[in-house]
Amino acid sequence: MTLKEKTKILDQEALDRSLERIAHEIVEKAKTTENIAIVGIKNRGAYLGERLARKLEKVAGLKVPVGALDITLYRDDLTEVSEQPVVHATEIDFDIDEKKIILVDDVLYTGRTIRCALDALIDFGRPSQIQLAVLIDRGHRELPIRADYVGKNVPTSLKEVVEVRLEETDGKDEVVLCAKEEDAD
Amino acid sequence: MSKRYLIKGGRVVDPVRKIDGPLDILISDGKIEKVGKGLNAKADEVIDAAGKIVAPGLIDMHVHLREPGREDEETIRTGSRAAVRGGFTGILCMPNTDPALDEPLIIKSLKDIIKRDALCGIFITGAITVERSGQKLTDFEKLKKEGIIAVSDDGSSVQDKKIMQEALERAKASSLLLIEHCEDPLLSAGGVMNKGFISTKMGLKGMPARSEYEAVKRVLELAKRSSGRVHIAHVSCKESIDLIRKAKKAGVEVTAETAPHYFTLTEECCATYDTNTKMNPPLRTKDDVEAVKMALADGTIDAIATDHAPHTDSEKDVEFDYAPFGIIGLETALSLGVTELVDKNILSWDQLILKLSANPAKILGIPGGSLKEGSPADVVIIDPGKEYTFKKDAIVSKSKNSPFIDWKLKGKAVTVLVAGQIAMKDELIL
Amino acid sequence: MQTNEKKIIWKKKDLLGLEYLSKEEIELILYTAASFKEVTTRQIKKVPALRGKTVVNLFYEPSTRTRTSFELAAKRLSADVVNIEIEASSVKKGETLIDTGRNIEALKIDIIVVRHNASGAPNILARSVKSRVVNAGDGWHEHPTQALLDMFTLKSKLGRIEGLKVSIIGDIAHSRVARSNIWGLTKLGAQVTVCAPELLIPEGIEQMGVKVTTDIDEALRGADAINVLRMQFERDGALAFPSKLEYFKQYGITAERLAKCKKDIVVMHPGPINRGIEMSSEVADGKNSVILEQVTNGIAVRMAVLYLVAYAKDPAPSEASKVRKEGAG
Repeated sequence: MTLKEKTKILDQEALDRSLERIAHEIVEKAKTTENIAIVGIKNRGAYLGERLARKLEKVAGLKVPVGALDITLYRDDLTEVSEQPVVHATEIDFDIDEKKIILVDDVLYTGRTIRCALDALIDFGRPSQIQLAVLIDRGHRELPIRADYVGKNVPTSLKEVVEVRLEETDGKDEVVLCAKEEDAD
Repeated sequence: MSKRYLIKGGRVVDPVRKIDGPLDILISDGKIEKVGKGLNAKADEVIDAAGKIVAPGLIDMHVHLREPGREDEETIRTGSRAAVRGGFTGILCMPNTDPALDEPLIIKSLKDIIKRDALCGIFITGAITVERSGQKLTDFEKLKKEGIIAVSDDGSSVQDKKIMQEALERAKASSLLLIEHCEDPLLSAGGVMNKGFISTKMGLKGMPARSEYEAVKRVLELAKRSSGRVHIAHVSCKESIDLIRKAKKAGVEVTAETAPHYFTLTEECCATYDTNTKMNPPLRTKDDVEAVKMALADGTIDAIATDHAPHTDSEKDVEFDYAPFGIIGLETALSLGVTELVDKNILSWDQLILKLSANPAKILGIPGGSLKEGSPADVVIIDPGKEYTFKKDAIVSKSKNSPFIDWKLKGKAVTVLVAGQIAMKDELIL
Repeated sequence: MQTNEKKIIWKKKDLLGLEYLSKEEIELILYTAASFKEVTTRQIKKVPALRGKTVVNLFYEPSTRTRTSFELAAKRLSADVVNIEIEASSVKKGETLIDTGRNIEALKIDIIVVRHNASGAPNILARSVKSRVVNAGDGWHEHPTQALLDMFTLKSKLGRIEGLKVSIIGDIAHSRVARSNIWGLTKLGAQVTVCAPELLIPEGIEQMGVKVTTDIDEALRGADAINVLRMQFERDGALAFPSKLEYFKQYGITAERLAKCKKDIVVMHPGPINRGIEMSSEVADGKNSVILEQVTNGIAVRMAVLYLVAYAKDPAPSEASKVRKEGAG
């Protein structure tokens, strides 16, 4: 199977604006900005989490703790995936009890990743609240999960893939919609 | 009255008569009647041997048939069938049965079983000492009267020098061949494979080559002192070979055999704890394998014998430490000789037949080993180019403990005549 | 914050020994273990990764520590665990290893963790069952998870393995811990020296890529770490070394000896320690000792191993359990 790029959903500037807007929304929605903490889901969600934290500092002068969560061990598809996922370390070096956690991921799709993340997070303690921020919501949920903050809603078909590329992992910032194409033998 | 057979169109290889060429063989009354070019005599059956090698039946001078005592592993019947399958018309069985072949009565009853069940010639080795315990000599003369042709305590070594000295003298007096399993049990105690880097990395207790060659050295000295004659069984290491080569030069009456696994496998084959690579003496190093090949080529080692040692799956399918020593060999010896020696230009066909037939016959002083007119018609017809995979379910022996299962081999016996009777025809054992 | 993405994928059905692993595979286990170490520091020390899977600890040799460590590792991964202990003395009369393995497999279990007094028993078991097999120590052959936890501890103490000078001291001949450590450390680029009385140095050990010495001071000089093996004096009724006191005098690690070593030398011991024989209590409890950390790390390493073998995709049969199909030449 190969991926064929169809359209660019976000470029670097739009991506940056989306994060900034989410930061504004977080501050607006919060009754109090106390106890906010960010936990990004590895890999790309973790980088987005760090960026979001910087945006919060920029727009509201907030300094919030940031952690990264590896959800591999909580996946419900370990036996089905074609290649064994590598387990990375979870890095949350603050107490999450009574925190308002903003969980951050790049793409919200079936909702299964978020389910894993919620399970994982709750093993660390008891946050007072968990909210979800995603860069892209592409629909097709399989679980009753919704995002509190969305960078961009993108209607997609199941034959499409949303590729989020970040400076930290891919050398440049962009979000691209691709089509899956079967390889001709 | 047995049938008259005419074997036509084959390449006859008979190292004793120095024959190697296209000849026909006429067989009647169980004997070789005539060997010649383009024979046109009337026969009951003509056996087409075009493209095949026709040779004197192979003789294996080191076989464990397990009867009496361990008929679950092998019997005279199954063992002799396996022999025929491998191209052998004569085999020498070892005395480490249960009970050991140390008394005239036991030999007598074994001979009855052989008469009833054997598909090929079976010759008997009597024990050197009572119960093979190395303590007290058996009565060589009485055993000989019952028909043994050699003595050995194979499976163990006779440790007491005085007893060995006397055994050599008495064997000489009785014209019996003394076959010695050379092993110093103090040096090899507890060992399960060759001692060296491989046994170290595998965490297994090793048997040093020294435990073999020290025993070889000792028995050669005794043979020299007593002017006796000794045959060294299953030679596996370079140092033993050097000692035998020297002794031969010095005029000691010594002959030696090796087994196909010692020119085919090294200790590295043990690395996955396959218990079919556990034998005594153990598989040795690459250098030893090379030395064995050299010694076959230069004549230091006279014979290839299989040390056919059947063990059931349930005995072998255990931890390496707990498995018994030994592998079966009758059905793969010829193919391994072709694949590892002839094809690799170590031996000519002529030399291979020498090691597998003519020399063992000579050492044992039994008929066979040549296609002389008038001698018993023990003949093997070999397809030298036949390539096949040695499959477990094709094994004729009652036990299947071979490290060569699923190996691609070349050269196979297709037809065997024992004393002028067909024992196997086109790979079908009768 | 992010560690480098590891590209290597675990493909082995079994963990039989470190001899059979590549450098990358060993690094993957250590990397994965670091993630599990974090799990063991949480309030809730349990993740659902092996939920619904069953691990059988098949022990032919009594070993409370290794068994407990594997048991906790499996439980912290949410696996179900069954312990089976078989007395070695009953083996010859009773069921064969292969039969036992197949019977256990028929219970629909996923992983067999095997400890056996006979070298190579895990290799034989691995080729007889489809279940994953993890070697928890076999004869004098290998004890891969012990070596992995030793290396994990070393790496977390000194930051690296490559280029370290590590000396293994004690009964090398009869030590599976020594063999596994030698394979693992040399593959990861450490310089390994083994040190023992002459009779306890096995033939050909230098071919495993180690320096060999009988002189304890030479082994300690310049070493970044030492791994001190448990000394067993009686073996098959024979003495491996004439006297315990003499052994301690010649090879025991004492404060005086340690004073002449690198200041931050790491002192390891696979346990259980014979105080006053392999090392003095002062050393065992001293600031250089990481013996208890080794025990803690053992769980993380075993979690990593269980996780990796459990989810290996279409694993190829281990080379180490295959039967050879060609000649020597």
